[in-house]
Amino acid sequence: MGEIGPEKAYHDALAAGTLQIQRCAGCARHVFYPRVLCPHCGGTDLRWRRASGRATVYSSVVVRRRGQDGGDLNVCVVDLEEGVRMMSRVVDVPPEEVRIGMAVRARIDAGPDGPLVVFVVDGEQA
Amino acid sequence: MTPADLRGSVAIAGIGQAGLGAAHGSSEIEILAQAACRAVADAGLSMRDIDGLATASAAATMWPLPVCEYLGIRPRFVDGTMMGGSSFVTHMLSGALALLSGQCDAVLVCYGSTQRSAAVGRREIAQMRKRVDPQPYEYPYEPVLPVTAYALAAARHMHQFGTTRRHLAEVAVAARRWAQLNPEATARDPLSIDDVLNARMVVDPLSVRDCCLVSDGAGAYVMVRADRARDLPQRPVYVLGNASATWNRQISSMPDFTETAARESGERAYAMARLGPADMDVVGLYDAFTINTLLFLEDLGFCAKGEGGDFVMDGAIAPGGRLPVNTNGGGLSCVHPGMYSIFLVIEAVRQLRGQCGARQVPGARTALVHGNGNTLSAQATAILGTAETL
Repeated sequence: MGEIGPEKAYHDALAAGTLQIQRCAGCARHVFYPRVLCPHCGGTDLRWRRASGRATVYSSVVVRRRGQDGGDLNVCVVDLEEGVRMMSRVVDVPPEEVRIGMAVRARIDAGPDGPLVVFVVDGEQA
Repeated sequence: MTPADLRGSVAIAGIGQAGLGAAHGSSEIEILAQAACRAVADAGLSMRDIDGLATASAAATMWPLPVCEYLGIRPRFVDGTMMGGSSFVTHMLSGALALLSGQCDAVLVCYGSTQRSAAVGRREIAQMRKRVDPQPYEYPYEPVLPVTAYALAAARHMHQFGTTRRHLAEVAVAARRWAQLNPEATARDPLSIDDVLNARMVVDPLSVRDCCLVSDGAGAYVMVRADRARDLPQRPVYVLGNASATWNRQISSMPDFTETAARESGERAYAMARLGPADMDVVGLYDAFTINTLLFLEDLGFCAKGEGGDFVMDGAIAPGGRLPVNTNGGGLSCVHPGMYSIFLVIEAVRQLRGQCGARQVPGARTALVHGNGNTLSAQATAILGTAETL
C-alpha cells in the first residue's frame, strides 16, 4: 500500500507532541488502540482527533520490584473522556497513592523505546 | 443440527498425567507422551487406535507436528488451536464434532510443560513472546504479565463491590485444604488466612499466595463416541455441554474488568447441557489467581455479580463447604504448568468415576469445568456427567 499504518501514525504524532485517537465516521465512537477498522461497527472510515487528555483512573495496581530493578511501579488503566480505555501510569504521586476514580491528565514523556503517554493528577477537574 | 443435539454423544474414556510438580531429567515431549500413553491405556486402547489429536504449546507454534511424530500417530483430525490455558476445554468441542462426523474415532487431547525445570522456562518464553508477539500499547508500561492483568481486575472488583484481600485469601486457603486431601498435589503444607494476607506482595492487591504454582506437568484425555465408550473399561464421562467465548486479548481492551466472557461460554454450555449452576455437583474453575475463582463463580451463575467474596467465606468452597470447587487443590495448590485446563478435565472425570479417595464428592454425577486463557481473554466451559445424567 505504501501508506503509513495507524500504529505508526499514532506513534509519529506522539513523537511530534500530540496524543491523537481515532473516531469512527460510521458509528461516531472513538477507537483505541489505533486500527484499520472500527471494532464496534466494522466501518473503515476512521479519522484522527486530538484527544483532550482528560481521563479517569479505571483500575490501578502496584508492581512490587526490588530497588535494583527500579523499585515499585504503578500500572493503571484509564478511561479517556472520549470513551476509550488505555494502559498507562500515573507518574506524579507514589504508586500506591493512585486511586480508582482519580481525575488525571495525559502527558507525553520519553519512554525507554520512544514517546510514552503517561498521566499526572489533574487538579482542575472535580 | 444445534449444539444441544451433541449432548451426551461423546464421552471421555481415558485420562493420564505425568511429571507433576518438577520433572527433573525429563523433557516436555517425554512427559506429554507419558501422560498420553497412560490416558490411552486407561481408555483400554492402544496408541494405534488414536486417529485424532488436539494439543497446544505456549512456546512452539507448530506443536501438533512434533507430537504426532513422537507418538508415531498419523491422525485424520488435528486441532492445534491455541487460546492459552483454556485450550484443552475448547478442544473438547472440535474433537467431539470430528468424532460425530466420522472424521476420526478416537481423539487424544494432550499437553505437557517443563516450564519450571527446563533451561528455557517461563521467563525466557515470556521474553521471546515480547519480541515475536508484541503488545505495543501495554508492554511499554512494564506490566509483569499475566499477574498485573489479574491484579487490575482484582483492584476493580474491590473498588466496585467491596471485595477484600480477606475474601481472596479464603480462595487460596480452600484450595490448600483440598490439596491436603490429594496425595498428588504439590503444595500441601498448612496455609492460614493470615499466611496469605502476610505473604510477599507481587502486584498489589495480589500476594504470592494469591498466585498459582509454577510447575512442570503433563495431562491427557481420550474421547470416543458414546456408544463405543460403553464398551471400554472405564465408566464413561459424557460431554453434556461445551462452549468457548473470547471478548478481548489484552486486559486494557476488556470492556468491564469485573465480568469475563465466562458469562457467555457458561450460558451456551448450560443451554447445550440443559442444566444450570444449581445442578452442578462438583466445580473446577481455572484458578491461576485467587480473583479468578470469584469472577467465575459470579459469571457462571453460582452467585450474583459482586457477591463472589461473600459466597466463598467461612470455607464455603473448601472440603465440607456448600460447593466443592477445585477438589484437586487447583492451580493454586495442586499443579499449574502454564496451561492448566487439562487438569480440570482430569479431576472432573475422576470425581465422576468416583476415583478421588479422601476428596471424593459423594455421588457426584455432574461436573462443571471452566478454563481461562491468557489475561482473562479466552473462556471455555464444559459440563460433564455420568450415565445417569443422559
